[in-house]
Amino acid sequence: MNLSMIHAVPLSGQIINLCAAVLLLLAFAMLAQRRVLSLINLFMLQGLVLFVSTLVVALTTHQNELLMSAALTLTLKVIALPYILHRLIRRLSVKWDVDTLLNIPTIMLIGIALVIIAFNVAQPISQLSGTITRSTIGIALACVLLAFLMMITRSKAVPQVIAFLAMENGLFFAATSATYGMPMVVELGIALDVMVAMVIFGVFFFQIRQQFDSLDIRHMENGKGISREAVKGTGKES
Amino acid sequence: MIELACVLATPLITALLLALFGHRRGAPEINSAGSLLTLIAAGVLTVRVVSDGPMTLFNEQFFVDPLNVFLIALTALVGFTTSLFSRPYMRVEHDHGRLSISRLRLYHSMFQMFMCTMLTALSTNNLGILWVAMEAATLTTVLLVALYRTPASLEAAWKYFILCGVGIAQALFGTILIYFAAERVLGHAGGALLWTHLDAVKAQLEPTVLSLAFVFLLVGYGTKTGLVPLHNWLPDAHAEGPTPVSAVLSGLLLNVALYAIIRGKVLVDGALETHFAGNLMMGFGLLTVVVPSFYLSRQKDVKRLFGYSSIEHMGLITFAFGMGGPVANFAGLLHMTVHSLTKSAIFFAVGHAAQMAGTQIIDDIKGLIKRSPTIGWGMMLGTLAILGMPPFGVFTSEFMILTTAIKHYPWATPILLTALGVAFASIFNKVQGMVFGEPTVKPLAHNPALLPVFIHLGLVLMLGLWIPPYLADWYRQAAKFIG
Repeated sequence: MNLSMIHAVPLSGQIINLCAAVLLLLAFAMLAQRRVLSLINLFMLQGLVLFVSTLVVALTTHQNELLMSAALTLTLKVIALPYILHRLIRRLSVKWDVDTLLNIPTIMLIGIALVIIAFNVAQPISQLSGTITRSTIGIALACVLLAFLMMITRSKAVPQVIAFLAMENGLFFAATSATYGMPMVVELGIALDVMVAMVIFGVFFFQIRQQFDSLDIRHMENGKGISREAVKGTGKES
Repeated sequence: MIELACVLATPLITALLLALFGHRRGAPEINSAGSLLTLIAAGVLTVRVVSDGPMTLFNEQFFVDPLNVFLIALTALVGFTTSLFSRPYMRVEHDHGRLSISRLRLYHSMFQMFMCTMLTALSTNNLGILWVAMEAATLTTVLLVALYRTPASLEAAWKYFILCGVGIAQALFGTILIYFAAERVLGHAGGALLWTHLDAVKAQLEPTVLSLAFVFLLVGYGTKTGLVPLHNWLPDAHAEGPTPVSAVLSGLLLNVALYAIIRGKVLVDGALETHFAGNLMMGFGLLTVVVPSFYLSRQKDVKRLFGYSSIEHMGLITFAFGMGGPVANFAGLLHMTVHSLTKSAIFFAVGHAAQMAGTQIIDDIKGLIKRSPTIGWGMMLGTLAILGMPPFGVFTSEFMILTTAIKHYPWATPILLTALGVAFASIFNKVQGMVFGEPTVKPLAHNPALLPVFIHLGLVLMLGLWIPPYLADWYRQAAKFIG
């Protein structure tokens, strides 16, 4: 983007670009964050930024549906989900848990490569888009890919779930920035799915902990390919 | 209109009823009755669509055409027979102390909920709702896979949850891209996610965006279909869940995910006018046929074995739809039908066999045919059918796929034949050992419900010998819709 283009962007556009930049920064921060508690706070912050950008788009384009989805973002991603996650980690007493993360610099480098790929893929779409937010589609895709990377580099259940939710954040941002949001009925459906998924995740945490004495997914590998009778006894040794 | 409302509302109401009263004694009967009502409604709906042609309903939010009504009918049928099978099966599981009453309540309620989400995914006209229903189907089946709460089943369910969650997120991105392309033609307020509207303007949609969208859709829904290399969740989920769930996962859910891909392909073909989508599907399909066939001989768990076999068949169907054209599409639809029927029949037999042996390990199951001839024969005939032996229907569809491949893509034929041959050798060898030999298995305490097995195999046999003219006509219409 050259200098003359920057001056052509209106204030609302600049705010949205700023939000996009912050989102990308947060995605990297989450990628490198070891502590579960901080991860949840970063996730909440991401939701907040998402809310602000959706609100700005809604106000500048006068889309009432988008106002609704901004409200949905606020209740779901800034208040409800972080609250549930906080409660969960308190009840599971993993609040101060530290995730084992191998080689953060390498992960960061892979992350940077992903961002470049995302921008390349999004290039043709951005050129077609007529929305004021079009330059942010690449960032949205980058956020999705970074969350994906986070998911495969984590070994504990709670960070994996946060990565799952962060991916949904990235997708939501893609929807608002490329098209001013999906139809309301679809967005409500997605929100419902995320909510139900979160509840099931919560139930699962307790089950996993009960069976394996840990929330580390690597401990589950013992069960592979053995019938359930054979596994019953060995589950707790790890 | 009323028929579709019945098809969708019956499983939902039954699910709610079972959630409330599922711990009472009549729960399996309510489950079967609900499934039967759904089947009847689906049958009436099918008759209506066959006579009146495609229709959109409920403010264009739902859409029924020959393609999806055929899958709705199949889903309702297999759902009903599975509910019949699950009655004695779950009773034995309960007697063995594997499942408590409250787990059974969860099972029955989630089974109906799962049917509801699949039927919604099939009948919706809105690509966004299609995604939501697919995700909801994942969530309900995650609960079903984890029903036993053993370490292995929890691992399987977690893997399924995470892998399909990630996969289906890609599909959402694909859906967003389609919406983005459509919005430029149809406008924001109009039904830019409604499939019928998209289909009408598909030639005007931006080709670059649509091809990108299709890649995301294929990867996303392909994860749920079990396409290699995204198939890892499938054998685990099939092995660790209760057997009725394995039957509906294999027989129905994979089909529904494939249906979503086909809907995407129709749009992309219209926008691109090249064979891009078809080529991608052929590539993935071929890989998905070849890779699992070499895993088959290493399997020790009988349900994992047939899980891998499902992956292989999904690859074959994807390959058929990838080739396109009336014959290949016809064969793909036929193969979807016969695979659903045969695979669920096999799982019914396998479920009872595993209960008789008290294990799912292949080496520990022996002499089924001596202890229970019906289970033994059901398993043997089902296996012969799924391996593509004439005169069963799977032979017909595989023959059609192979002949089309010889005509248009000769290089693919030896690959397909090798994979099918390898699969035949590995599966037949293992099943032979389980069915014959000195019995190690004990008879069941309750009478097994084997009627569904023979109904399914009978239908598959009929489809192999003679496809009723109206059914053939119906397949042809559906094949034309896919293009």
